[in-house]
Amino acid sequence: MKKILLALVGLAIVASLVVTAVRRSDAGPKPIEALRQTYRTKTKPSVDHALFTQLKGPFAKPQQVTAACIGCHNGRHTEVMASSHWNWERIEYVEGKGIRAIGKKNVLNNFCIGVAGSQQSCDKCHAGYGWADASFDLKDPLNVDCLACHDNGGTYAKKVAGAGMPADGLDLALVAQKVGRPQRTNCGTCHFLGGGGNNVKHGDLETAQFDTTRDVDVHMGTDGADMSCVDCHTAVKHQMLGKAYSLSSMNRNRVTCEKCHGAVPHEDDLLNQHGYKVACQTCHIPEYAKVNATKMVWDWSTAGKLKDGKPYEVEDGQGNHAYMSIKGSFVWAKHVKPEYVWFNGTASHHLLGEKFDPAKPLVLNPLYGQYDEPDAKIIPLKVHRAKQIYDTKNLTLIQPKLFSAKPGDGGFWGDFDWNAAAAAGMKEVGLPYSGSYGFARTEMNWPVNHMVAPKEKAVSCEECHTREKGRLASVGGFYMPGRDRSRWLDGLGKLLLLGTFAGVVVHGGARYWFWRRRQGGK
Amino acid sequence: MNREYIYPAFGRFWHWAQALLILFLAVTGFEIHGSIRFFGYEHAVRFHNFSAWSFLVLIAFAIFWHFTTDEWRQYVPTWKNLRAQAEYYLFGIFQDAPHPTRKTRLKKLNPLQKLTYAGLKLLVIPVVVTSGLLYMFYRYPQKYDVLALDVSALQPIALAHTAGAFALICFLVAHLYLTTTGETLTSNLKAMVTGWEDIHGEPHTTTAAATAPVAAETVPQTR
Repeated sequence: MKKILLALVGLAIVASLVVTAVRRSDAGPKPIEALRQTYRTKTKPSVDHALFTQLKGPFAKPQQVTAACIGCHNGRHTEVMASSHWNWERIEYVEGKGIRAIGKKNVLNNFCIGVAGSQQSCDKCHAGYGWADASFDLKDPLNVDCLACHDNGGTYAKKVAGAGMPADGLDLALVAQKVGRPQRTNCGTCHFLGGGGNNVKHGDLETAQFDTTRDVDVHMGTDGADMSCVDCHTAVKHQMLGKAYSLSSMNRNRVTCEKCHGAVPHEDDLLNQHGYKVACQTCHIPEYAKVNATKMVWDWSTAGKLKDGKPYEVEDGQGNHAYMSIKGSFVWAKHVKPEYVWFNGTASHHLLGEKFDPAKPLVLNPLYGQYDEPDAKIIPLKVHRAKQIYDTKNLTLIQPKLFSAKPGDGGFWGDFDWNAAAAAGMKEVGLPYSGSYGFARTEMNWPVNHMVAPKEKAVSCEECHTREKGRLASVGGFYMPGRDRSRWLDGLGKLLLLGTFAGVVVHGGARYWFWRRRQGGK
Repeated sequence: MNREYIYPAFGRFWHWAQALLILFLAVTGFEIHGSIRFFGYEHAVRFHNFSAWSFLVLIAFAIFWHFTTDEWRQYVPTWKNLRAQAEYYLFGIFQDAPHPTRKTRLKKLNPLQKLTYAGLKLLVIPVVVTSGLLYMFYRYPQKYDVLALDVSALQPIALAHTAGAFALICFLVAHLYLTTTGETLTSNLKAMVTGWEDIHGEPHTTTAAATAPVAAETVPQTR
């Protein structure tokens, strides 16, 4: 009887172990090793473009290259021309403001403020040729720049202040013969250098990522997964997945970690459960700007100082500009701990011409979300703070004209006259300018998504679950163990505990005193 | 002087296992609460959860034991001698007066203990255990394929758990002190270790006590 019972118990244990093991492998995440294999295998182009007679050239104009591309890849231009890389705007629903077409074309930021009036310079990063001013024809397919994104030879470059035209002296036929899937150099040339320099804007996207280590970016490290941008930012019909909340408002087309790693990627359930309310990035990106500094503060109000009538620059000792006559003063930082907020995937935007209260900082792209919204999670942020020009009478931000090809045209970078720059820029966007300007404090939120650290370097529990000065100290709306408590309850509890101790001391002391007295009495 | 067997083996095991678990849960729990630092937060959480499950298993066994052996009847509060016991702790104890109640195998608790332990078993432990389970299984909102309770705020759960924890450590302090109020300073402690306690006064055999029905002797009939 005993033996049978023991055998039954043993059988039950083995069965439960088997069931657990099977369930784990079923429900478990895609093993990280399989992911590594997938992305380590580099795709080879199925054809050699160098052998196509259509690409022998020579090409006198870049538009001829585009024509050759479209000749075989017919219809692809319509996909590009439907993308935000081309239109520099997209249709977004902005809460409280309705459906708006917004993008680089018409939204102000607090770096170089806006492209209007300065397209000749800014549109170097437009995926097209010749967007020098408002007269540019967005319907002409021959102006699509296929090479900027598809050059795999590494020789293609765009001209400085050339409105998106290729650099002088390029062998366009050679470039066209070496096209392929976009590489990190194609994307990085614009996205790493946005805002007028390396790592100025994002903080987590910079030229170090052209060739970096796992330590800096566990995905892009060439000693690790060696993934390129488009491995995550996949595209269907030239519509790239992912967008920056500096310009977009809706909870759609986001690149997610879960796409590859699943919703429950940890072996430990306690960590998986954090994923309900905490974005992966919050723990896995402990810091950004790991290699080169990023711009944290931009004060336009000091711009325009000249030495001997000439603009000048001052270095901050770390190799960054502390001051530039054309742009003002900057504060840079390296190894920056992010700020954290609740985010439900939707954002608002301060739109051109809207009035604001200059007494307090104006957030150009407020992010929405709070604890009790099902989709809201805590995300890491780079907050860029600035002082930028505004109309002190109309109480609107000003779109100044920064670049102009010839002096006396209002471009601030040539004339150093804020009044003229404001007048020219506001004329360009069709808004009134009162003639008096000041500088207002503005903030921009940049969710941090890149520079994911190896798992050993993820944020530790204590960094958030701590009474004071934790990473999430300012993130409210919920009770976090280790950080939060009821002062009232804790006080009462301590009082009760102290009272108990006092009772013990008094009672024990009295017993001892009476005992001594009895001893003495005998 | 006689020796009397007061605490049977399982009762002693249960007592000491519970004592260690509560102490350990208190240390790790107050680390999670942010009051002390000892193991490090991550370890504190893991240890706390593991010992919480151990405690639940122990409780399950203890409940089974209490009901199968009728030990639970020893915890039913009574008015009988309650006043005398209180007066003993407030006055008599200082004058070396005799204990007003006598400990036997079937009457291991004095009336004040009955009241306190009934409160622990029916109020404090259930509050701590329930809030602890909610704490473990609470997630908001319910999502993905992790099973969880869809409760919208952790705060009330956490505060109930904290309150229970304070009550338990206060009990622990008082309990430790009161172990010194036996026949000698350490006689209670020794009894809880060995099961046997030195009893002064009238001889009292376990067989004699065992013949008397427990309920009739110590408990007002409740059913």
